Amino acid sequence: MKPIISRRHLLIAGAATATGAAALKWKRLTEPDISQPLLDLGERLNMSAQRLALRDRPLAHEYRLDQLSIDHPSNGGFGARYVDPDPGYDRMAAERFRSWRLRIDGLVRRPIAASLEDLRRMPARTQITMHSCDEGWSAIGQWTGVPMAWLLERLELMPRARFVVFYCMDRITGQQVYGSLDLLDAFHPQTILAHGFNGQALPVRHGAPLRLRMELQIGYKQLKHIDRISVVDSLAAIGAGRGGLFEDNGYQWYAGL
Amino acid sequence: MIEPSSCVDARAGPISAPECPGALRPYYRHSLAVRAFHWINAASVLLLLMSGLQIFNTYPRLHLGYTAYHTTPSIFEIGGNRNPEHPESWMRIGNVRIDTTGLLGPVEETLVYGATNVAFPGWMTLPSGPMDLGGGRAWHMLMLWVFFINGAVFLVYGFVSGHFRRRYLPRLEQLRARAILLDVVFHLRLRRATGGRALDYNLLQRLAYSLIVFVVMPAIVLTGMTMSPSALAAFPWLQPLFHGRQTARTLHFLLAVSLVLFVVVHLVQVFVAGFANEIRAITTGYFVVRSDRRN
Repeated sequence: MKPIISRRHLLIAGAATATGAAALKWKRLTEPDISQPLLDLGERLNMSAQRLALRDRPLAHEYRLDQLSIDHPSNGGFGARYVDPDPGYDRMAAERFRSWRLRIDGLVRRPIAASLEDLRRMPARTQITMHSCDEGWSAIGQWTGVPMAWLLERLELMPRARFVVFYCMDRITGQQVYGSLDLLDAFHPQTILAHGFNGQALPVRHGAPLRLRMELQIGYKQLKHIDRISVVDSLAAIGAGRGGLFEDNGYQWYAGL
Repeated sequence: MIEPSSCVDARAGPISAPECPGALRPYYRHSLAVRAFHWINAASVLLLLMSGLQIFNTYPRLHLGYTAYHTTPSIFEIGGNRNPEHPESWMRIGNVRIDTTGLLGPVEETLVYGATNVAFPGWMTLPSGPMDLGGGRAWHMLMLWVFFINGAVFLVYGFVSGHFRRRYLPRLEQLRARAILLDVVFHLRLRRATGGRALDYNLLQRLAYSLIVFVVMPAIVLTGMTMSPSALAAFPWLQPLFHGRQTARTLHFLLAVSLVLFVVVHLVQVFVAGFANEIRAITTGYFVVRSDRRN
C-alpha cells in the first residue's frame, strides 16, 4: 500500500522549506558576523594561489615616460569629500612639511624619526607603474621613493617581526586610516615609500608627503599621508584587528586581486 | 486511451516501442557528476553576477585600452543627476543615451560618493546595500573559487568520461544543411521534442553549451585575472592578450551579460521542453519521455 506522504513528497517539501527559509533570511545570512569566516576562507585561497604564482617575486610591468596618464585620478586622502579636514595638516603642507617627521618604531633595533629631507637623501627607486583601483579604473604614474627593503634592513628587524603597519595622518569619520603588509610584500623590490610623483614632489592629492606603493596589490592598499611605521608580530591588537581601516570595514587584507 | 498492459513499464527501457505510441517511459538522463556540476555552477554564477554588479556599481563605466578613468572617454556608462528629489538616470552606449529613470539608478546617500545614482538596485546585488565595494569584492573573490574549481573539474570530467564527445560535439548527421535548417525551425517554433529526439542534445543545444563551456567561461576567468595586479605580474601576457586592462574589464562585463542571455534562453528552452520534467532530470537524473509513432 502506498504511503499517503511518500519519501519524495517529504524531500520536495524539505528542499522547498530550506530554500524558502534561506531566501527570507538572505540579508541576515550575508551579514558579516555570519558570512565573514566564509569570506576569509576566500581571501586565504586567493592569497595562497597568488603567492604560489608569485613565488619567484616577479616585478609588475614598468611603463615608459610617454605612457604617463594625464590627470592621474586620486581617491581618498586629504581633499576627498569623506576625509575629515585637518588644519594641522594644511599648515604642514603650506610650509612644505618642514616640521613633519616619519617615525619608525616597533620590532626594530634602530628606530628612527626621519624628515622629508632625510628621506630624499636615502637611496631612491623610480618606477613607472599602473595603479589599479578596486573601483575599476587604472592609470599610469611615475613614483620615486625609498625602497622598503633597504630601509627595513638598515633598521635591523628583530626575529619576531612579521608585519609592517603604516599609520596615516588622515581620518574618516574620526577613525585613523591605517594599513599593513607582511614582510614578504614589504621586501618586494617595487615596494617603496614614495615622496615623488611624475618627477616632482608628491602632491597633496597623491598622498603628500609620503605614500606607500606596493605594485602587486590593488589601489586601497597604496596608503597615503604616512607619518608612522610600526613593525609588529601581530595585527590582532591594532584597530579592529584585521590589518587596516578598510579591512576593519569589510575589505580584504590581501588584495592582490 | 487504453493501452495494452505490456506498454506500462516502470523500468527504464528502450523508447522505441511502436506498439505503445504516446507512452511515457522513464529514462536516466543526467549522471550524478553532470547534475552536481550543473547546480554548483548555477549557484556560483548567480552569486558572482550579483556581487559583480555590486562591484560595477562603484564605477559604472566601461572603457577600452590599458588605462582609463572618470575623465577619459568611455564606451558605456550608467549615470544620473544625483538628485534624490527628482531622480533621473540614463544609460549611454557609445553616443546613444537611453533614459533609464525608474528602472536603474535610484539615488542613495553613500559615505564615499555622497548622493549618487546607484546603477543596479540593491535587490540585484550582493551585498544588497548600496556601495559596499569591500563586501562585493569579498563575495566575488570567494565564489570565483567555487566556480573555478567546479568548472576545472567539469572540464576534466567532460573529456575523460566522453561526456563532451557524446553530448557537446555535434554529430555528423546534425551538420547536414537540411538538418541544420530543421533544427533552427524547430527551435523557432518552440516545439517540444518527443521520442528519440528528446533523448539527445540537438545541434543548437550542443553549439550553445560548447560556446559557454569552452569559450565564454574560460574567457571570463582570464579577463578577471587581467584586472589583478598580482596576476599581471605573474602572467604579463594577459594584458597584451586582451589589449589592456580596461578592454579586459569591458570584455569581462560583456561576457557576464552573454552568460545572462544564455541563462534566459536556457530557461525558455527548459519551459519549452517541459519545466517539471527537465528539473526532475537535472536533479534526480531521471525524466520521462513520451514515445512517438515515428521512433
